[in-house]
Amino acid sequence: MVSHPLIELRGVSKRFGGVRALDDVSMTIESAQIRCLAGENGSGKSTLIKIISGVYQPDKGEIIIDGAPVERLNPASSMEHGVQVIYQDLSLFPTLTVVENLFLNTYLRERRSTVNWRRGREMAREVLARLDVDLDLDATVETLPTAGRQIVAIARAVLADARLIVMDEPTTALTAREVERLFRIVRGLQQQGIAILFVSHKMREMLEISEELTVFRNGQKVAEGPITHFDERAITLAMTGRHLNTGRFAAPAGADVQTPRLLIEGLSVGHEVHDVSLRLMRGEVVGLSGLIGAGRSTLAKAIFGLRQDVSGRIELDGERLAPASVTDAIDAGVAYVPEDRLSEGLFLTRSIRDNAIASALGRFAPRLWLQRNRARAATEKMFEDMQIAAPNTDVPVSILSGGNQQRVVIGRWLMTDARLLILNGPTVGVDVGSKEQIHGIIHDLARNQGLAVLMISDDLPELAANCNRVLTMTNGRLTGELSGERLTEDALESALAAVTREGGA
Amino acid sequence: MRVLRNSNVVIALILVAAMVVIGLINPAFWQLSNIFSLLKANVVIGLMALGVLLIMISGGIDVSFTAFAIAAMYLVVRTMVAIDYDGVILPFIFATAIGGLLGLMNAGIIHKFHMIPLIVTLGTASLVRGLVLGGVGTSNVNIDEMPPSLIELGRANIVTLERANGTTFGLTAMILVYAALAILIHLVLTRTMIGRSVYAYGADPEAARRVGFKTGRTMIFVYCTAGALAGFAGLLHSSMSWLANPRGFVGLELDVIAAVVLGGCSIFGGRGSVIGTVLGVFILVMIQNSLILMGIDMTWQRVVVGGVLISAVAITALRDRRSPA
Repeated sequence: MVSHPLIELRGVSKRFGGVRALDDVSMTIESAQIRCLAGENGSGKSTLIKIISGVYQPDKGEIIIDGAPVERLNPASSMEHGVQVIYQDLSLFPTLTVVENLFLNTYLRERRSTVNWRRGREMAREVLARLDVDLDLDATVETLPTAGRQIVAIARAVLADARLIVMDEPTTALTAREVERLFRIVRGLQQQGIAILFVSHKMREMLEISEELTVFRNGQKVAEGPITHFDERAITLAMTGRHLNTGRFAAPAGADVQTPRLLIEGLSVGHEVHDVSLRLMRGEVVGLSGLIGAGRSTLAKAIFGLRQDVSGRIELDGERLAPASVTDAIDAGVAYVPEDRLSEGLFLTRSIRDNAIASALGRFAPRLWLQRNRARAATEKMFEDMQIAAPNTDVPVSILSGGNQQRVVIGRWLMTDARLLILNGPTVGVDVGSKEQIHGIIHDLARNQGLAVLMISDDLPELAANCNRVLTMTNGRLTGELSGERLTEDALESALAAVTREGGA
Repeated sequence: MRVLRNSNVVIALILVAAMVVIGLINPAFWQLSNIFSLLKANVVIGLMALGVLLIMISGGIDVSFTAFAIAAMYLVVRTMVAIDYDGVILPFIFATAIGGLLGLMNAGIIHKFHMIPLIVTLGTASLVRGLVLGGVGTSNVNIDEMPPSLIELGRANIVTLERANGTTFGLTAMILVYAALAILIHLVLTRTMIGRSVYAYGADPEAARRVGFKTGRTMIFVYCTAGALAGFAGLLHSSMSWLANPRGFVGLELDVIAAVVLGGCSIFGGRGSVIGTVLGVFILVMIQNSLILMGIDMTWQRVVVGGVLISAVAITALRDRRSPA
């Protein structure tokens, strides 16, 4: 008997109105295979997932499961064939316990009308043992960290007799150590014969975990093969269709003879930051790395006037800065792009213009009334400068891609005439092409307008490629600095690893 | 489960503390006759609270159930008077069914049109109250007209004791009905898939749909049960008070919602329990009842209920916020 691939797509196309989301795509997933599906936002990855999971029906092409063509795949029949999709939001029930999150799915499939808690508990314990992880069964899911929730989602898929688990950007919110654990679990699943389709745009992780790689661009498959045939450059080229500049950002000349743009001396904030001193020159881009909880965000918030339990000295261009509120900080020339731009940074349903003028309201509405024409002109200029891909400034921010949303956030701050820009995770959830452009914009601003940039990021390649210097932070203190030739990804990684060994995490 | 259990322990402790304080201020609180009348006052509010509990676990809210209770009660009593029917079982079946059907209307509107439960139930409440007054009548059915069978039922006691002066007092048998229905709802919520679907829907409606719950069915279950319980409680109230007032129960929504929130149910959905709700109802009724006992004017009751509601909501909101890391 010939063994068939688990699932095979042949010449699948899907249109939405005038947009071709998928164009004649073929792809095969064998059982126990780990395949990575890469592509920028809008390349057709999500459409493909939804076709495999039966949410969308293809306009053309065939879906073949276990060698037999499947006529109309719907969500229920897709699950019966063993396909389980773990979406980025995980679709768990936050107020329910781990046990219940795990067994509900199974009981539903068994069409039960009553709940056998003891059996549910057994099932939960068994599946977690199968994944070789330890979780508190009675904890409500909302109390678990993201990594724990993800394990619950994976365990739930395994309990549902998954043969293929699709994971959409599974590593987005995880720390390096949690990613390791996830990969260990994934390899365990593979040994049990379960295939995994990773959907991601993170190079390192793709290279580390996948066996096979498929790359999409504009709805078409542009590259495919064993992962060993690819390196980061090749993947990027396939995803974006162009070579990206991965060179280093050089420090502007004569940066250190002037008054520092930002000077911090002996700054302590609450219990989170202790005795931090640093200086940023005009035109300098300085990175701040460290583990989650090291105090990086707290430091940023203190400079931005979001924390009042501050002692020590902050100076901006030689002038004392003691912001009692965000308004004070903005007036002094500080801009802050928060970690979570969706919940902290943008009004999603409002237009680009409304979002753009939100931080500079005082400027456009000196008295009671908003000066519409000035606001419009300033927004148009920002729109051009930031190269935002949208029809005009009246469209709501919610329809923009992650990269363009981030441009709105950054651009809006520049309309406040900021002198210091603090970026917290500037390119989280932004695809490779946009990332490059955002970095380019930041460099231009630093070089041409003398903006000082403090960049907080977990993305080590990003820090290494874009900063003049990178500071490392541990338990609320600055613990090291890398610059010039010494600033490399590997050096950063070992600096952070040293921190972890010292019991930082 | 652990959090819930803890919440219930906390609520029980509050209850005990309040009882001790009230008992110290006025020892009359501990008289058996007072305790019996307290328990009696729990029945109707408690039955309604069980329905509101279901709705609030599902993440919704209902302000129409008192209108439904009035509609079911008044329609049934008026019909009984008109056709001179004297019985118990059939009238209660009808009252329950009327409440359930009205609940179905809520479920249908909320689920089909994805509308906000508060607005929908405000609308249906006004609609139903108006229809009752305009279409059925505006006059009270007083004790002299009330069907004797209903009055008999309302007077039934489990135990009857005699005071020193020869008058009697007793513990209403309706407390058994309340207890039975509370146990039933508890079992449905904890041991059946439809019960768990209510929690799942309240925790995350989209996720509930994705794992394969039929969420329309959940909505129907929740709103129909709440309506049915309200209809049943409405007629029971009439038989316990020997009166059918088509303008009654105004403002009682707030008391019931306050009791449910006091019982640890989250206004954001996804958590809540029958045990907590029963305790919450008891605390609220006891506080109201003790105001009278402590000689505080009845008019202050609304202030107390409002205060209790706001503090309970604040406390549960604080509890629910300390969640994601």
